[in-house]
Amino acid sequence: MSILINKDTRVITQGMTGKVGQFHTFHCKQYANGANCFVAGVNPKKAGEQFDGIPVYASVLDAKKATGATVSVIYVPPSGAAAAIDEAVEAELDLVICITEGVPVHDMLKTRYKMQGKKTILIGPNCPGLITPDEIKIGIMPGHIHKKGRIGVVSRSGTLTYEAVGQLSALGYGQSSCVGIGGDPINGLKHIDVLRLFNDDPETDAVVMVGEIGGTDEEECARWIKDHMKKPVVGFIAGVTAPPGKRMGHAGAIISGGQGGANEKLAVMEECGIHITRNPAEMGRTMQKVLKG
Amino acid sequence: MKIHEYQGKEILREFGVPTPRGVACFSIEEAVAAAKQLGGSVWVVKAQIHAGGRGKGGGVKVAKSLDEVRQFAGQILGMHLITHQTGPEGQVVRRLLVEEGAQIVKELYVGMVVDRVSQRVALLASSEGGMEIEEVAKHTPEKIHTVRIDPTTGLTDAEASKVARDIGIPDVANAQAVKVLQGLYRAFVEKDAMLAEINPLIVTADNRVVALDAKFNFDSNALYRRPEIVAMRDLDEEDPAEIEASKFDLSYIQLDGNIGCLVNGAGLAMATMDIIKLYGGSPANFLDVGGGATAEKVTEAFKLMLRNPNLKAILVNIFGGIMRCDVIAEGVVAAAREVHLNVPLVVRLEGTNVELGKKILADSGLPIISGNDMADAAQKVVAAAKG
Repeated sequence: MSILINKDTRVITQGMTGKVGQFHTFHCKQYANGANCFVAGVNPKKAGEQFDGIPVYASVLDAKKATGATVSVIYVPPSGAAAAIDEAVEAELDLVICITEGVPVHDMLKTRYKMQGKKTILIGPNCPGLITPDEIKIGIMPGHIHKKGRIGVVSRSGTLTYEAVGQLSALGYGQSSCVGIGGDPINGLKHIDVLRLFNDDPETDAVVMVGEIGGTDEEECARWIKDHMKKPVVGFIAGVTAPPGKRMGHAGAIISGGQGGANEKLAVMEECGIHITRNPAEMGRTMQKVLKG
Repeated sequence: MKIHEYQGKEILREFGVPTPRGVACFSIEEAVAAAKQLGGSVWVVKAQIHAGGRGKGGGVKVAKSLDEVRQFAGQILGMHLITHQTGPEGQVVRRLLVEEGAQIVKELYVGMVVDRVSQRVALLASSEGGMEIEEVAKHTPEKIHTVRIDPTTGLTDAEASKVARDIGIPDVANAQAVKVLQGLYRAFVEKDAMLAEINPLIVTADNRVVALDAKFNFDSNALYRRPEIVAMRDLDEEDPAEIEASKFDLSYIQLDGNIGCLVNGAGLAMATMDIIKLYGGSPANFLDVGGGATAEKVTEAFKLMLRNPNLKAILVNIFGGIMRCDVIAEGVVAAAREVHLNVPLVVRLEGTNVELGKKILADSGLPIISGNDMADAAQKVVAAAKG
C-alpha cells in the first residue's frame, strides 16, 4: 500500500499540451504503470486530439466523465494555475497536484477559500509532485532514484527530497510514498497532513520529514507527532545559515518577525521526539540508526 | 519587491488613506522648494531608503525653518544611513521626502500580512505605534489585535470599528479610522502585496487619523499584472549582484563567507550552505540555478560568484532530476574555461546521467575536485578554502 496514489490511480494532466506538460507527461508515462495511469489531458482548444496517445478533453469534468480519473496534475503557467485548481475542485476530483511555480499568493488565497468544504485534496503549488515507487509517479522527480519500500518521505523542497530519497535508496531503504508539498506560503497539504496519512498507512514503517525556514508548519507537525505518531520520524530543516529577512528562493522560505528560523524549528522537533540531524548528508544514516535501534 | 515610503503613501492616498502632504526630492534645492511650496512652519525631512529604522539612524529630522530644511537635506542626502536592517555598511540616501509637520496625539500600528496558518489576509493592529511590531509581539502580545479577513466580505465595518476602538482611536474619529483600515485592506489585495504597514498611524490634535509612514512589500510572482508597481522599483536600493542574477533567472543572495555555492533547487541550496558551515566553512552566497539550467546560466552563475572579492573556493552541488548531469558538467567546464577560474572548484553530481557528467569533468583537463557525496564535497571545499 501507499498514500494518496498507487498503480490503479487514473490521472488527468492539465496543461499537458504545453512544452513542460508534454515533457513530464512523457516521463510519467514511462515510469512503472504510467502508461495505464495517465489517461487524459485538458485543453479547451485541442479537445478531440491525441497527444502521445493520450486523448485531450475540453474540460476536467469532460475528462473525468470519459475516463473515470480521480486525480489531476497541473503544469499550467502561473497566471492560470489557480483557475486550473479551481476547475479540478469543481469537478470534484479526489486529489489535485499543482507543479506550477510562481503562482501569485492572492490567487492562492482565493482558491484555498473556495476549497473550503470541498472534497478535493491539494498538493502544491510549486512542488515536485508525489511518487509511489514501482507503481506511479505524478510530477517532475527523477523516477530512477526511488526504490520500493517502507519509508515515507515528505518535504517542502524538490531537489532536497531527491537527496533524502537518494540517501535512503543507497542504504537499501525503499520508500512507500514520497510527497513534495512545495515551497509556497499558501498551499495545500502541510507536513502534518502527510504525517497523518503515513501514520495510518500499514505499509509505512517510518518517515523522513524535510523542512525549511519560514512559517511554523514544522513546529505544528512536531507537536502533533509527539501526541499521535506511532512510527519513528527523522527530521532535517534547511536554512540554519539563512539570514533573517532574505527570501531563500521559495516564496515561503523567509525568516520574518522572529518566526521561522531553522534552529527554533529543530529545537521544537527534538523536544517532540523527532530524530533530527543537522547534517543534510546524514538523513539516510540517521534513519538507519533509528531502525537498527 | 519593496518600494519607498513616498511611493507607498501615493498608493495609500489612492485608496482613501490620508497622509501628510509631501514631495519627493532628489536634491537640496528641490527640498527647499518643496518646503516653500508646502508652506507652514514645520517640516519633516525623511531619508527614503528601503530599510526600516531610519529615524534612529539619523535619517529623519524635524526642520523649523527653511534654513534647517536646507541644512538637514544636505546632511541626509548622500549619507550612508545605517539601521538594523541595512547591515554595517549602510545604505546611501539618494531620495528625500519633505512633508508638512503633524501634531501627534497618539501613535498606533496597523499592518496587513498573508497569514499562512489561517490562509487568509490578517490585519494586525496595536496601540503601541512607532515601535517595531516584533518587539510588541515579544513583550506585550496582548496589545496586538488580529483580524483574519474573510475574502468574500473584505474587512467589514464592524470588524474595522472594533479594532479602531481596541487600539484607542477616539470614537469621534472611528468612522474615519474604519475607512483607513478598509482602504489599507483594499490596497493590499488590489496591488498584490505580501506586507503592508503603517507605523505609526497617528491621531492628530484635531482627531484626524493619518498615515505617517508607509511600508509595502509586493508579491514578485504577481508583478506581471502590476506594471504600476514595477514602475516604482528603485534598482539603487537592491544588491547589484542580485539584480544581475535576476536577469538570468537565477536566485542569488550574497552572504559574508568565502565559499561560493552553485546548487539546483532552493532547499538543496540552503542545505548546501548549512553543511559548509557544519564542516567549519562559511558560505559566500545562496545561489539556486533552478530546474532548467543551461550552459549559459551556469556561466553567468560563475561570473556572479567571482565578483565577490572574498571568494576562496566554489562548490557546485547538483542533484540532477530533470536537469541532466552531463548538461550541467558541460556548463561547468565551459564556464570554468570562459571565466578563467582562479579558485579551487569542487563539484558533486548526483542523479540522471551522473556517470557521463563525471566523465566530462574528468576529461576536461581542468583541476576540478570531485566530491563523492554532499558531505565529501563539503569537506573538500572547506579544506580548499582554507588552503
